[in-house]
Amino acid sequence: MTGIAILIPIALGLGLLGLAAFFWSLRSGQFEDLDGAAMRILIDEESPEGDA
Amino acid sequence: MNAPAAAHDLRQLPETLLSIPGMHCAGCISKIENGLALTPGIAAARVNFTAKRVTVTHLPELAVPQLVEAVGRLGFEAQPVLDPATFETGAESRTLLKALAVAGFASMNIMLLSVSVWSGAEGGTRDLFHWLSAMIALPTIAYSGRPFFRSAWKALSNRHTNMDVPISIGVILTAALSLFETIVHGPHAYFDGAVMLIFFLLGGRYLDSVMRDRAREGVAALLKHTAPGALVLDEAGRSGWVDAKELQRGMVMLVAAGERLAADGVIIKGVSNFDMSLLTGESVPVSLGIESTVHAGTLNLDAPIEVRVTETGAGTAIADIARMMEQAGQSKSRYVRVADRAARLYAPAVHTLAALSFAGWMIAGVGWHEALLIAVAVLIITCPCALGLAVPAAQIVAAGALMKKGILVKDGSALERLAEVDRALFDKTGTLTLGRPEPTNVDRLGASDAAIALGLARASRHPLSQALRRTLERREVEAAVLEGVAEQPGFGITAHWQGAQVSLGRPAQLEAEMSALAVELKVGDRAQLLTFEDALRPDAADVVTQLSALGLESGIISGDRASAVAPVARALGLTAQTGMQPQDKLDAIDRLSTAGAKVLMVGDGLNDGPALAAGYASLAPASASDAGQNVADAVFLGDSLKPVVIAIRVARATQRIVRQNFVIAIAYNAIAVPMAIAGMVTPLIAALSMSGSSLIVVANALRLKGAAR
Repeated sequence: MTGIAILIPIALGLGLLGLAAFFWSLRSGQFEDLDGAAMRILIDEESPEGDA
Repeated sequence: MNAPAAAHDLRQLPETLLSIPGMHCAGCISKIENGLALTPGIAAARVNFTAKRVTVTHLPELAVPQLVEAVGRLGFEAQPVLDPATFETGAESRTLLKALAVAGFASMNIMLLSVSVWSGAEGGTRDLFHWLSAMIALPTIAYSGRPFFRSAWKALSNRHTNMDVPISIGVILTAALSLFETIVHGPHAYFDGAVMLIFFLLGGRYLDSVMRDRAREGVAALLKHTAPGALVLDEAGRSGWVDAKELQRGMVMLVAAGERLAADGVIIKGVSNFDMSLLTGESVPVSLGIESTVHAGTLNLDAPIEVRVTETGAGTAIADIARMMEQAGQSKSRYVRVADRAARLYAPAVHTLAALSFAGWMIAGVGWHEALLIAVAVLIITCPCALGLAVPAAQIVAAGALMKKGILVKDGSALERLAEVDRALFDKTGTLTLGRPEPTNVDRLGASDAAIALGLARASRHPLSQALRRTLERREVEAAVLEGVAEQPGFGITAHWQGAQVSLGRPAQLEAEMSALAVELKVGDRAQLLTFEDALRPDAADVVTQLSALGLESGIISGDRASAVAPVARALGLTAQTGMQPQDKLDAIDRLSTAGAKVLMVGDGLNDGPALAAGYASLAPASASDAGQNVADAVFLGDSLKPVVIAIRVARATQRIVRQNFVIAIAYNAIAVPMAIAGMVTPLIAALSMSGSSLIVVANALRLKGAAR
């Protein structure tokens, strides 16, 4: 029983953490441009100041 | 970084959204972002590749046309997005996605607890797990169930029923009964089933909403600027900008060459050619002088004119058409979606079944608690999990496949209606034809003549010059260096080339009808005639044949003159009705609809607007007027007419899959419901059967992925 008392809060806490992370990423616009994100990794950064 | 922008606080700079349909690779992203950032006055540019648009942060001095030009210099065609607010379409999807995430989290954790209960947890442990499940499930149902509860409530208060009514009743009853079970230390709690049901259904809802957003954004991205106002001359002879809304009768508008009129009026000064295709669908420019009536939306082609305003806003010919469109569109909103039609039969059946099993078991004498438990099991088993996914899953896969082919479908109902059409009516100008003049004999030009022609054509905004320029540029002709280039209103362009007088303009002598679609290139004394025609879309004939193979009879309804429509009709072997006003087109469709035909209207002009709205389903090319794109069920990109055939074929394939999905869902019910009525369904069986049937339905829908090939 003591095992459960520790493990269940941990499991729920981790799940909630994932949910919170998802909400955060949704709010910060990380799902706005999914195709673009896949493309951007191919761009060679030429501008030395790395602006924008 | 560029200095002027750095002086401002970035956050206070205006942002402008531009749509750039032409970007297609990582190189485009960096080219646009870096290129724009180097343009003076632009502080930052951020591309959204998925939406094919760029957000430009720039100095207030820069106006939209300059931004479009800046993008143009990078080699991309940009269109300003009229109202950024129309892009906030994702709100509904976002709410659904959040609800989906919460339901997903909850169903996974409850499932974790349920598995232990199913595998034999007893006594205190089971109670603890049930309580934990309840604590997760109840807030989740309250939060994630809202879309269903709200819609069900709306339906009930309007005294009809939809899919959401049985869903809501099922979920609420299940949760309540499970809570009761938990309190009395009962063996079965259905929290997992209730939450999983919400999770799956939200998945379907989310897909549906994403599909609508995507198409709406695609169409909004194509919207072009119409005349937002006009330069108005006051008594003192000064001119000032007046918004279209504030124009009044009697005002005098100055309309420069290349501008659209913002109101109806009478010409009081000047002579010019007008492109009236927006209103009449006629491709040939019309020459009008003093005392002639001109309509809002008409494009003034080649000379500045003054127009006395006679009608504004709601009084203009355009507004008349808009009103007609609104009325015609009402018949479309009466269409009932497949899923709702199924719900009308389904909901009463489910409720009767549940009530009957409750009554049956009461009579059998098992007590109200046991009987209620069985009735709830029936409700949750029949809850249209697979049914809820059957339609949206198939439609979103189909819409995705169509989008890859350049066809933007507005919503699921459009796909359903497209599948049923049995008659096709085409507008001519801009639909069967490309809607723009194409030169037919530039091959005959010598190298130096072509270079001169390009140099001259670049100086004019006349559609013929533009067409000539595009064609020559495509052939990589280098423009000749010209001096003293001047545009002479009503005639054309003149210039000097190596000392000789050169010109590109209205042919000297030709019958009136021909002159509009021909220009004369003069080099010194040598004159050559360049002719143009509004060419048929390359595969129009092919498409008509394929449509008849699909069982659709085609016809032409055009606002153009009979003599202009005849060659097209002959080339395609179609019957044509010509010289039709918007009202006539509307009547033609109404007549066919009354006779029982389901008409597919394909058209582009504003004059097709009412017909597009009245058709059982409608398609518009991306070159169509704003109004046309707004009312059409789907918009297709590119010069080909093939998308008409593809759209119908995919729509029919989708209906087939939807029907199969319904059969699967019903077959599942035929097995599961008797078990539920017999009282054999435990929470484990409910969970397994529910997810099993949903997965099968989704997998079946995925088969549509290649449907547009």
